[in-house]
Amino acid sequence: MSWLTPELVEILVAVLKAIVILLVVVVCGALLSWVERRLLGLWQDRYGPNRVGPFGAFQIAADMIKMFFKEDWTPPFADKFIFTLAPVLAMSSLLIAFVVVPITPTWGVADLNIGLLFFFGMAGLTVYAVLFAGWSSNNKFALLGSLRASAQTVSYEVFMGLALMGVVAQAGSFNLREIVEYQHQHLWFILPQFLGFCTFFIAGVAVTHRHPFDQPEAEQELADGYHIEYAGMKWGMFFVGEYIGIVLISALLVTLFFGGWHGPLLPPFAWFALKTGFFIMLFILLRASIPRPRYDQVMAFGWTFCLPLTLINLLVTGALVLVAAN
Amino acid sequence: MTAPSALHTTPPPTATDDVVAELHARFSAETFTVQVTRTGMPVLWVARELLLEVLGYLRHLPKSYVMLYDLHGMDERLRTQRRGLPAADFSVFYHLLSIERNSDVMIKVALQENDLKLPSATRIWPNANWYEREVWDMFGIHFDGHPHLTRIMMPPTWQGHPLRKDYPARATEFDPYSLSAAKQDLEQEALRFQPEDWGMQRHSENEDYMFLNLGPNHPSAHGAFRIILQLDGEEIVDCVPEVGYHHRGAEKMAERQSWHSFIPYTDRIDYLGGVMNNLPYVLAVEKLAGITVPDRVDFIRVMLAEFFRINSHLLFLGTYIQDVGAMTPVFFTFTDRQRAYQVIEAITGFRMHPAWYRIGGVAHDLPRGWDKLVRDFVAWLPKRLDEYEKAALQNSILRGRTIGVAAYNTQQALEWGVTGSGLRATGLDFDLRKARPYSGYQHFDFEIPLAVNGDAYDRCIIRVEEMRQSLRIIEQCLNNMPAGPYKADHPLTTPPPKERTLQHIETLITHFLQVSWGPVMPANEAFQMIEATKGINSYYLTSDGSTMSYRTRIRTPSFPHLQQIPAVINGSMVADLIAYLGSIDFVMADVDR
Repeated sequence: MSWLTPELVEILVAVLKAIVILLVVVVCGALLSWVERRLLGLWQDRYGPNRVGPFGAFQIAADMIKMFFKEDWTPPFADKFIFTLAPVLAMSSLLIAFVVVPITPTWGVADLNIGLLFFFGMAGLTVYAVLFAGWSSNNKFALLGSLRASAQTVSYEVFMGLALMGVVAQAGSFNLREIVEYQHQHLWFILPQFLGFCTFFIAGVAVTHRHPFDQPEAEQELADGYHIEYAGMKWGMFFVGEYIGIVLISALLVTLFFGGWHGPLLPPFAWFALKTGFFIMLFILLRASIPRPRYDQVMAFGWTFCLPLTLINLLVTGALVLVAAN
Repeated sequence: MTAPSALHTTPPPTATDDVVAELHARFSAETFTVQVTRTGMPVLWVARELLLEVLGYLRHLPKSYVMLYDLHGMDERLRTQRRGLPAADFSVFYHLLSIERNSDVMIKVALQENDLKLPSATRIWPNANWYEREVWDMFGIHFDGHPHLTRIMMPPTWQGHPLRKDYPARATEFDPYSLSAAKQDLEQEALRFQPEDWGMQRHSENEDYMFLNLGPNHPSAHGAFRIILQLDGEEIVDCVPEVGYHHRGAEKMAERQSWHSFIPYTDRIDYLGGVMNNLPYVLAVEKLAGITVPDRVDFIRVMLAEFFRINSHLLFLGTYIQDVGAMTPVFFTFTDRQRAYQVIEAITGFRMHPAWYRIGGVAHDLPRGWDKLVRDFVAWLPKRLDEYEKAALQNSILRGRTIGVAAYNTQQALEWGVTGSGLRATGLDFDLRKARPYSGYQHFDFEIPLAVNGDAYDRCIIRVEEMRQSLRIIEQCLNNMPAGPYKADHPLTTPPPKERTLQHIETLITHFLQVSWGPVMPANEAFQMIEATKGINSYYLTSDGSTMSYRTRIRTPSFPHLQQIPAVINGSMVADLIAYLGSIDFVMADVDR
């Protein structure tokens, strides 16, 4: 067993960990559809899926079986290649962004020193998924949906990046692990970077186009918008991709503002999971509770309210950092 | 049978006489043939040549007839009891409504079979447009000068005019239907929208317009309703609402059903209105028959009708909030509706379509314990309404979506024939329950909620307040329910009283005939309008002295409301259209009948 050098073992373990994280995230994303439906049921005075397995927890298995066996239909009028590419992008771009999230001191896929930038890059790619889907479907509702999506995503990504610059400036690093450690030594960023937290959360909801920023799919208006022509597994990938987005944004909120895995008594992973779960629930609660603003109101809110707010936050943070340095 | 009922409350006689006198003064008495009816309004026949002049005069009279309330036709060829009316194969009637006079007038025109032509009234009232299209569709009467005279209810490829008496009413009278692939393609192609047909441009100087088919199957179209949008980006440049996908020919069916057996069909006109739909129909039939109902009947009818108003408004509220994107409240309002249904079910035995009113009464007396059920409901709902108001209607996103959206003023509303909450949201106090009380509404103490802006938000707020007022009415029914019979003692009451049949042979024969053939209504015309859930709903019945109606005209509120859409929404965004559609509160069954 001379080939089994310590280096190789290390690589193998890292790969194994990455695979485990990948599977856990995907399964979480899929399970979330059940969690969301049960929670919505709870808040809406009804049951939600409660038939398959204990508390309906195996509903997702039943849904998977259904989805796998559905006809994988591509409309004859669609642009086949891009039509197929779009759901792949939707699911993979945010999934890949997960590599930078440190879960516990010992778990995490990659420890990039440009971690946050990598996330921005990947989040920027998600708009292509919607754009491609809307354009290649050759359907007017889909086109309107993707138009809304691209405008919305582009505007909200502008201040999503800026919202986090305060965190970066204070922690002095793009590396998420270092940001977590900085918070442990000083103060969780939720307090000094409260405005950053608010705007990043809003932008996060907008980028995953979850309600109330679900303009691109606005069921009441566009009858599902950009993925109206999708069925079977292709649609399923959009679906799971959306939930992965929720998990990712929630995990980032925890990492960047709530001290990551840190917390008393419980093991690090438990803290990380609890905090993330809380934000996931917040996403679902948002969907259950508020109406959807009009598309132009969403844009106006982004440019005239959130953007100035992030800029002010950035200026103040910059000034404080300079003062502290002197 | 205690106090006289409000059934025969007709508009003050002076008002109606006024307009006849005015018309006689302006034209000459010979110009008009006055028809005596039980419609409660003057019915005047004029010659076709004078029609537009007379209509225009009425439109611009001081205290004018601002609203073209209804316009439809009748095939007179098989009518036997015409008693001194002008000779006619077909006739078209114009039902005009004046708010200031609070009275109506009906103008009729006689037409001969070989010359079915009329001048269009679209220049006087814009809402004549759809009505004239329907008359063309149903009777084949041509309107000169109409901007777009095409079929509205039937498919564009249809042959024949269904409401003509020589058009069969039964499928078995036709050859068996078959649909080949080629024929299907043809039908599909006929539905394709051609912008040029509607005088629309496909592109402007700088950009191409997108033509978007919203419906007939769309989550926010509230039924099989198609609206074709001409879009510049997300802005609606112009639009064409298209109806007829829910058309079942209720008016034709009425001509083959006995007076009694048509009642269940009325339930399905506004399918959220339940017994509210029975009310104008049985009231109109009772006018024909000359039945005065006992007080208890009035109270029971009012109570059930208000239950259905609440039920319909609750559904409106839930779906309206859902249309602007909040998914939760609809589940709560459906819980409330279930509560209301429990009462309705206990009393009538059915839920959505009880068909529970009868000619001259109701089907049964109230069951024992009804008062407790009603009391529970009256105690339950108010705090829920407060909750909806706090949680949803005061939400700033919802207000931002609906305040100032799809607004129109009183004048526009009247021009387009808008009634109900959509009219009162513009500030006009016109609720038939107060303005022209029927079925004993004058006995009740309640208020008419009004708003000022006439936008999507006001239309919703008014309906919430209307539910509170309906609760007040129900509470008064609960506390003051009169004792007495639940059916009038009259030979034309259906089913007729049976108690005395074993004592008199005459009563037995009458009973037998009434139950087997149905009652024979005296030849005449009767009319009743009510404040239904969605606006003013009316039945205009023509009896030729038979067991069946000769012509049943059902005027529904949703029809003109949908016709108004382009006038209100052009220039707004797609999302505004959805909020607007939600705020109209229509069901397609109520549009297409």
